[in-house]
Amino acid sequence: MNAIYILWLRQIKRYFRSRARIVGSLGQPLLFLVALGFGFGPIFEKAGGGNYIQFLAPGIIAMGILFTAVFSGIEVIWDKQFGFLKETLVAPVSRFEIMLGRTLGGATVAIFQGVLVFLLSLLIGFRPELSLLPVAIVFAALIAIFFTALGTALASMLDDMQGFQLIMNFLVMPTFFLSGALFPMQGLPPAVAAIAAINPLSYGVDGLRGTLVGGAHFGLFTDLGILSIVTILSIAFGSYMFSKIRV
Amino acid sequence: MFSIEVKNLTKKFGQFTAVDNISFTVKKGSIFAFLGPNGAGKTTTIKMLTTLMDQTSGEMLLNGFNPRTQSNEVRKTFGIVFQDPSVDDELTAYENMEIHGVLYKVPNSILKPRIEQLMKFVELWDRKDELVRNFSGGMKRRLEIARGFLHHPKILFLDEPTLGLDPQTRNHVWNYIKKLNQEEETTVFFTTHYMAEAEKSATEIAIIDKGKIIIQGTPDELVKKTGSENLEDAFIAITGHEIREEEANSVDGMRLQRRMWTRK
Repeated sequence: MNAIYILWLRQIKRYFRSRARIVGSLGQPLLFLVALGFGFGPIFEKAGGGNYIQFLAPGIIAMGILFTAVFSGIEVIWDKQFGFLKETLVAPVSRFEIMLGRTLGGATVAIFQGVLVFLLSLLIGFRPELSLLPVAIVFAALIAIFFTALGTALASMLDDMQGFQLIMNFLVMPTFFLSGALFPMQGLPPAVAAIAAINPLSYGVDGLRGTLVGGAHFGLFTDLGILSIVTILSIAFGSYMFSKIRV
Repeated sequence: MFSIEVKNLTKKFGQFTAVDNISFTVKKGSIFAFLGPNGAGKTTTIKMLTTLMDQTSGEMLLNGFNPRTQSNEVRKTFGIVFQDPSVDDELTAYENMEIHGVLYKVPNSILKPRIEQLMKFVELWDRKDELVRNFSGGMKRRLEIARGFLHHPKILFLDEPTLGLDPQTRNHVWNYIKKLNQEEETTVFFTTHYMAEAEKSATEIAIIDKGKIIIQGTPDELVKKTGSENLEDAFIAITGHEIREEEANSVDGMRLQRRMWTRK
């Protein structure tokens, strides 16, 4: 066994032991699917957009992954406050290995959460195309790793949970709402379109939508290329910030 | 041969000087007590020695390695029991031990029997599969100590290791420390507020106050120099009667918040 594996395993164990957290974090995606899916469905269809649940579900799956991933990254703050981080920081293991183990663990958990939202959306009436499912999982993994590493980077700069609200309200929520998860990218006002175009989650949502229902706005290869690049950058940024932690 | 060499070490937090130009050496195989009132700079010094914090100025060597530039080599040579908790309370006691063993690359053939031996030693073996969250303060402390012994380091830092333990357990733990010290020549660097403990176990003592080392020597020398009857009186004679304040930490507030955020 090595350090990366044991720290990955730790994240997995912690996740599966807090069933309340798993169930709790399904509440929000379910609410969005039901309220928005059924609420805007008739208008969306009248406007010629087709079935809104089909359109919305990949966006909500991305949301489930996004929230869980950021939260997993943010857990570094808990470990800082409760002391376990010190235990890993004095060990003869490079900071990069520690960061990678934690991030992969957090990302695995986020992917699993995405799968749960996917299953939930099937109950609501989502009927996906399954031929590209493996590619969809690659997109899910990239979204998960990107945001877990980003959460780790941000958490490395913070000393306590006071900054958590800030991250949720000024980063996570805008990232979600301005990503094309809820609305089509065609015909947007230029400002919104520009923000969506520089938002990494847009490419994740687009990739999931392209693989699960078809009709990617940017094209699957563009999605995959951009998402891969930003994920590598985010791991680099995350491990740099993590290596700067002083406790 | 010195395990620890410190020269003109200083740490400033803004205007406040936590550690003020201290120098000392710790001989290989000795049991070194680093004593001082609350807020004297003990933990800050340990944090710098154990690569967790950078110094403002001064030099340090641990087994010949520089904690700042050769942090990985330094980390291989020491083990530490922290003053405040550092176990993962969402994992079981056994899992905490296992993670430590893997991080320190203890070979599998040694790891399992040693975990069993140490957990039996601190009398936690029959509760090894319980989440640490359910443990009492004393049990958590015992687990931390057992974990600190797991990889048999060359230098063992113990920051108030016996805080909150009953006399029986304290005695028990000290016997083990001395055994490690004798059999493996482990250098022990510890802090404590129990002067009797330092008097009984330490081969050398340094007393630090307000960031400065005031006096250094064997327990007998310190007692004689101050003309006191025992180390406790010597300590008071050296550091005075004033009671020190330590900064409150925010862990209690955090506990409350964590409950909110993890939705338990």
